[in-house]
Amino acid sequence: MFETLFGGFDADLFDQLRRLESEAGQLFGPYARGAGIRSVHRGTFPPINVGATPERVDVYLFGAGLDPKRIEVSIQQNLLTVSGSRALDANQGAEYYRRERYDGDFRRVVTLPDDVDPEKVEAKYRDGVLHVAIQRRAATRPRQITVS
Amino acid sequence: MASNEEVRNQTAGTDTKVRGREINLLPAVDIFEDPHQITVQAEMPGVSREKLNVQADRDELVIEGDIQIDMPAGMTAVYADLHSTRYRRSFVLSGELDTERIEASLKDGLLTLRIPKRMEYQTRKIKVNVP
Repeated sequence: MFETLFGGFDADLFDQLRRLESEAGQLFGPYARGAGIRSVHRGTFPPINVGATPERVDVYLFGAGLDPKRIEVSIQQNLLTVSGSRALDANQGAEYYRRERYDGDFRRVVTLPDDVDPEKVEAKYRDGVLHVAIQRRAATRPRQITVS
Repeated sequence: MASNEEVRNQTAGTDTKVRGREINLLPAVDIFEDPHQITVQAEMPGVSREKLNVQADRDELVIEGDIQIDMPAGMTAVYADLHSTRYRRSFVLSGELDTERIEASLKDGLLTLRIPKRMEYQTRKIKVNVP
């Protein structure tokens, strides 16, 4: 079941595509089709996975230890923006060996399909994952037409 | 890719470790020490208490967990920063740490481990008495 969101596409193939994309960028320079204007550097906090069904689009943001009151989710047409901030505890007097956790403000923007309904959005935060479900308009869903 | 070949893609926070076909997410960690203990904070969003596994013996600490989230049936992936549902990371411990008394807590996908130092290794302030 999880394969659909995390490994549904061949990971190797995905990496190959990404490599091709970057090589093409070097080969053809400004004439190559580049990355999305709102795409971000790999590793940007928080990581996001997006899945879709004909009925809705599901966006998952993986951000551990967030305060739900400090997360802002907004949608304008088909542009979903999630922003907020995570302030880590300052452990006075402790000596740090590793400091890998992201500290500070964050913002991610996801371009959704055009048929989403901005009025029907639900968001919940559980186990460190913010799940935003956006319904799609019924009229644009594929319909089965019976031949009589 | 050779099965024993190890590839590491360094990306802040969500390093991916690929060994053959097996992909583990490397949780981002903060590790710090005070006079009494070492604290490890590991980010494992999507992991519930039931899906978390923390093991420690004398030499090694292993943190593992599986992501479990609500997904509608028939979903197809549109975009993915995370390519696995499994976190795993291990650390070599040192002898002065008391692995019998590790305290672990998991809240909102953040795992906090407090590993106390054995009493004889705890830094003590020695008071100098002036006669």
